[in-house]
Amino acid sequence: MGNILTLVLKRLALGVFVLWIVSLIIFLGVSMLPGDVATEILGRSALPETVAAFRRELGLDLPLHVRYLDWLSGLLSGDLGNSLANGRAISELMGERLGNTVFLAAVAACVAVPVSLMLGLLTALYRGSLFDRLTNLVTLTWMSFPEFFVAYILIMFLSVQLGWFPSLSTMRPGNGFGEALHLAALPALTLTLVVAAHMMRMTRAAIISVLASPYIEMARLKGATRYSLIVRHALPNALAPIINVVAVDLAYLIVGVVVVEVVFVYPGLGQLMVDSVQRRDVPVVQACSLIFAATYVMLNLIADILSILTNPRLLYPR
Amino acid sequence: MSDPSRPYEAASPPDSGNAGQPAAGGLRAAAGAFAKSLGAAPWSAWFGLAVIAVYVIVAVFAPLIAPYGESEVVGAQFSPWSNAFPLGTDNLGRDTFTRLIYGARNTVGIAFVTTCLAFIIGGGAGLLAATVGRWLDQFLARAVDVLMAIPQLIFAMLLLTIFGTSVPTLIVIIAVLDSTRVFRLARAAGMNVVVMDFVEVARLRGEGLGWVVRREILPNILPPLIAEFGMRFCFVFLLISSLSFLGIGIQPPTADWGSMVRDNAILITYGDITPLLPAAAIALLTVGVNFVVDWFLHETSGLHDES
Repeated sequence: MGNILTLVLKRLALGVFVLWIVSLIIFLGVSMLPGDVATEILGRSALPETVAAFRRELGLDLPLHVRYLDWLSGLLSGDLGNSLANGRAISELMGERLGNTVFLAAVAACVAVPVSLMLGLLTALYRGSLFDRLTNLVTLTWMSFPEFFVAYILIMFLSVQLGWFPSLSTMRPGNGFGEALHLAALPALTLTLVVAAHMMRMTRAAIISVLASPYIEMARLKGATRYSLIVRHALPNALAPIINVVAVDLAYLIVGVVVVEVVFVYPGLGQLMVDSVQRRDVPVVQACSLIFAATYVMLNLIADILSILTNPRLLYPR
Repeated sequence: MSDPSRPYEAASPPDSGNAGQPAAGGLRAAAGAFAKSLGAAPWSAWFGLAVIAVYVIVAVFAPLIAPYGESEVVGAQFSPWSNAFPLGTDNLGRDTFTRLIYGARNTVGIAFVTTCLAFIIGGGAGLLAATVGRWLDQFLARAVDVLMAIPQLIFAMLLLTIFGTSVPTLIVIIAVLDSTRVFRLARAAGMNVVVMDFVEVARLRGEGLGWVVRREILPNILPPLIAEFGMRFCFVFLLISSLSFLGIGIQPPTADWGSMVRDNAILITYGDITPLLPAAAIALLTVGVNFVVDWFLHETSGLHDES
């Protein structure tokens, strides 16, 4: 067990290191801008003295490493700085939106993961059948669709023609859970459809690649049924790649959320980031990218650790 | 983050059986086999090839096919479908059909150039890392690991905020970000070939680094790289369309499918499907390319489902 613990700790340290590098990239990237925040706010026509005074006020006259340490310690204590566009604290801007985004991603994940794992198992079980080939074709097609296409098709049918769901998700703090679910239904469904196809295909591929190994042949020869062959013999060994795919797709949800939120005007973090990119509101973009990147790194880390735990062979690196 | 030597990243390792063939003969034989297997290709591959051909023709001959100029205002805003405007007009009164055709040139063209650039950067670096090895390999692999730890769309948005949105910066940013994926594949595939005897022989013969990479390794990892090119193209194409849809990709007045959807999305709430057409155009091309890649992978790597 001690072995596992050190390995997990090593991965954790690596994750923290990657996050640190990411923060460095985000910070240094912005400081490479031709002008800086002061000239950006005051505009080109500002007097040099005004700019200098403003820079001093913002602390921009300090050397780079001091500013970086300031920014980093602010981040760690939850102070993300202020927006350039309206001067409000970024943490305040984000608070509710972060919750909304997490809610949306969670709803999508709760539907997508079980459904695609089931479908992946079924297609592996009946591979070569019409059902399998049809699912293969449909998911391959579906995966090729841009998110906004899927979203607008759903709006077209489920919202405009059938009127089941609203086409705009105006989430408000006062909404009850049921109401919030109804409002988030279409964006969540879009996300589900986008990731489920990939997850299902990878599950199927993982199981089928295990099916090629000799011990499966042995199980087949001793007369195991098709069902027990897949579920009892193949699935445990396919678990590591499957967990990996699930985590990667959940991480993908975090990114897919951006486009989907814009389509449905869903008040989440992605929407905030897109608006800020258009306004070139650098501190907000920095903060948003950092949060998205951190979530992404964390999910990948969890995937790594889980696949080590399910596959003891990975404990002994070659 | 993740171990670069994981086996699944080299989705289709080169067939070591024919790895020793001289480059030119191998290519000719491959071309012959390609023509032969084309005859037996499934309908989905034929469909994909036909779609790609149509798109290329439309993109090349856009000014001849389109009835109006690319950003010419020709009528009232949001006119319905008519004889003069086959698909109506958009939010500024430009002909939607014309914009759709020019979009083939702009959106597909930009995505294609970006993918090529990504392959030159990523493929070159990957092969170099595999061949030279040692610290260069370690350095590049770690750098790519870190770059890949940030989600691509988010990273692209951050960089576009920093460098501003114009077509050249868009191409360079996406190409650099996407080259990390190409690097992984090229490196993993290249590693399998570098250890072969004929590479050793070439080195002992005194061939330079460039010769070894171009004449010994590259021809032997070509099939997975070509398949990857198709997949990367789809990915880049969707990424650029998404960015344009978000309003931070290809900028107006350039006709582009992603921003066309965004500009006219309001029509959807009135039950008009016109805004879906550019999105469908994106989807159709991606499906086509995916079908061809699927078939190509199946043919070249012996990646059959049943063992």
